[in-house]
Amino acid sequence: MQPDTSTAALAAPSGAVSDSPPADARPADDLRTLESGLDALQAIPGTEKGSLRRILEGVLPPVFLLLGLVAAWQLYVAIARPRPDLVPGPLDVLGAIGAAWADGRLQLAVLTSLERGGVGFLIAVAIGTPLGLLLAECRPLRLALGPLLSGLQVLPSVAWVPAAIIWFGLSDATVYFVVLMGAVPSIANGLVSGIDQVPPQLRRVGTVLGAGRIQLATLVVLPAALPGYFSGLKQGWAFSWRSLMAAEIIAMGGTIGFGLGSMLQQSRELADLGSVLATILLILGVGILVELTVFAPVERRLLRRRGLTPGGIR
Amino acid sequence: MTTQTDTRPDIHAARSPAIHPATPPAIRIDALGKRFGADGPLVLDDVTLSIQPGEFVCLLGASGCGKSTLLNIIAGLDRPSTGTVTVASGSAAVMFQDAALFPWLTAGRNVELALKLRGVPREKRRGKALELLDVVNLADAASKRPHELSGGMRQRVALARSLAQDRKVLLMDEPFAALDAITRDLLHEELERVWRETGRTIVFVTHNVREAARLGQRVLLMSSRPGRIANEWRLAGDEPRRIESPEVSRLSIEITEQLRREIRRNAA
Repeated sequence: MQPDTSTAALAAPSGAVSDSPPADARPADDLRTLESGLDALQAIPGTEKGSLRRILEGVLPPVFLLLGLVAAWQLYVAIARPRPDLVPGPLDVLGAIGAAWADGRLQLAVLTSLERGGVGFLIAVAIGTPLGLLLAECRPLRLALGPLLSGLQVLPSVAWVPAAIIWFGLSDATVYFVVLMGAVPSIANGLVSGIDQVPPQLRRVGTVLGAGRIQLATLVVLPAALPGYFSGLKQGWAFSWRSLMAAEIIAMGGTIGFGLGSMLQQSRELADLGSVLATILLILGVGILVELTVFAPVERRLLRRRGLTPGGIR
Repeated sequence: MTTQTDTRPDIHAARSPAIHPATPPAIRIDALGKRFGADGPLVLDDVTLSIQPGEFVCLLGASGCGKSTLLNIIAGLDRPSTGTVTVASGSAAVMFQDAALFPWLTAGRNVELALKLRGVPREKRRGKALELLDVVNLADAASKRPHELSGGMRQRVALARSLAQDRKVLLMDEPFAALDAITRDLLHEELERVWRETGRTIVFVTHNVREAARLGQRVLLMSSRPGRIANEWRLAGDEPRRIESPEVSRLSIEITEQLRREIRRNAA
């Protein structure tokens, strides 16, 4: 750097001009070097964790907790010896899972439910996304439909089961209807709030850069709204899965296939608590599995690309 | 060193010193007034101004004097209530106080998006974006995302992005206000170099008197409520100045004195 001339300037306001040589007298490279140096100083060192370490940190604590709970449960059963039809032990539940697997009911139920949940969720995305876009962009529609949609989000979608059975009978249509009533509002609302949270500055920049209405929507607003939309999708899946289970428990028979909810209800009718608990664990397990294998990786990528890593150091 | 002139801007326009007196101004503002709402307070009052092609003008004033509003009107982001604004080249590039880079795109892609919206064909965008990033000495950071860059680097990407628009006029709304002094000092040099290399017409809004005196060929002081052009200073000599130089200090003192007078008027 050049010597500081500000004191000289204050002391001799008129004659000190020659003290400060013009900036371009220095080689242009000097500025580049300076700038690179400052960039290097201000760079944030990478603190990326290895994926193995991340998985270990994420997986070990819940696994330990689970093992501890099962051990406590087994200990209780072994010491207190409660009636096995009221408090089955972990081994009974494991046995029930094994039995369901052996006669193929487990595979059938998981596949049927996953397929219906997946298809129902995709239909909900296909309906909820354009609906959310319309709501976000069309003010009168939003004023009219917005409160209704938020209300639908609060209404438990099980409430639709009786109506759906009367309309569609005991068919898959009933199940899908209930799933859609649960998932569509969450997905649409997620997109709306995602779009609402797009910083106005980004829209202004888009306009300044010369984007038209369509370009502004596709190149600026939608990508910016993606995190909000994604959390809507996640919630939509959770609602799909819950609604599906509710529908399967209540609506059984007819042409409705055999899902996890049906398996749960069947076990109840047989007063087989071991199977009931086993099925609950399966429903929970499928939900966690979908979250871990489908949503969590996408979300992590989405947020990391924007520097919003959850729980990260950056 | 500096010539302080009368406060009537229209007279300046007439005897504009300018480099090429014959060429039409890059920006012409005529009797511009702005009110928000039908009977809101007058934000800008009778602003008349003409800016020559290639000129570097600093618009200086206290907070709330309407300088950002004036810039937004020139940028076409806002409409004047009365009067007219003509930008000879049609439209202008704008840089804001926050870089406002798109967080889901890398630095390079941010510049490429501006090229895309300008209509540059796909196969040329990548190379052109790298060239522009190199202008601000950031070619190496092309694949970094905004959150991985420091504030100063982000502003330089934003500068490259506004250069990508290839507009003759560049409007800057306090672009360095949020940066630390060391970075800001370097960016002054950077901006000055870019200005000399590209011949852009720059209107630079700031509330930092020294910054204005350091950068501008012409400094316009705005009064507050309503915003008017209160005075203007032309800086003679075409050499780059340093912010520590005595002429910048002297001019800063002079401008600050008048700025304070303008602020004091609002006390009563």
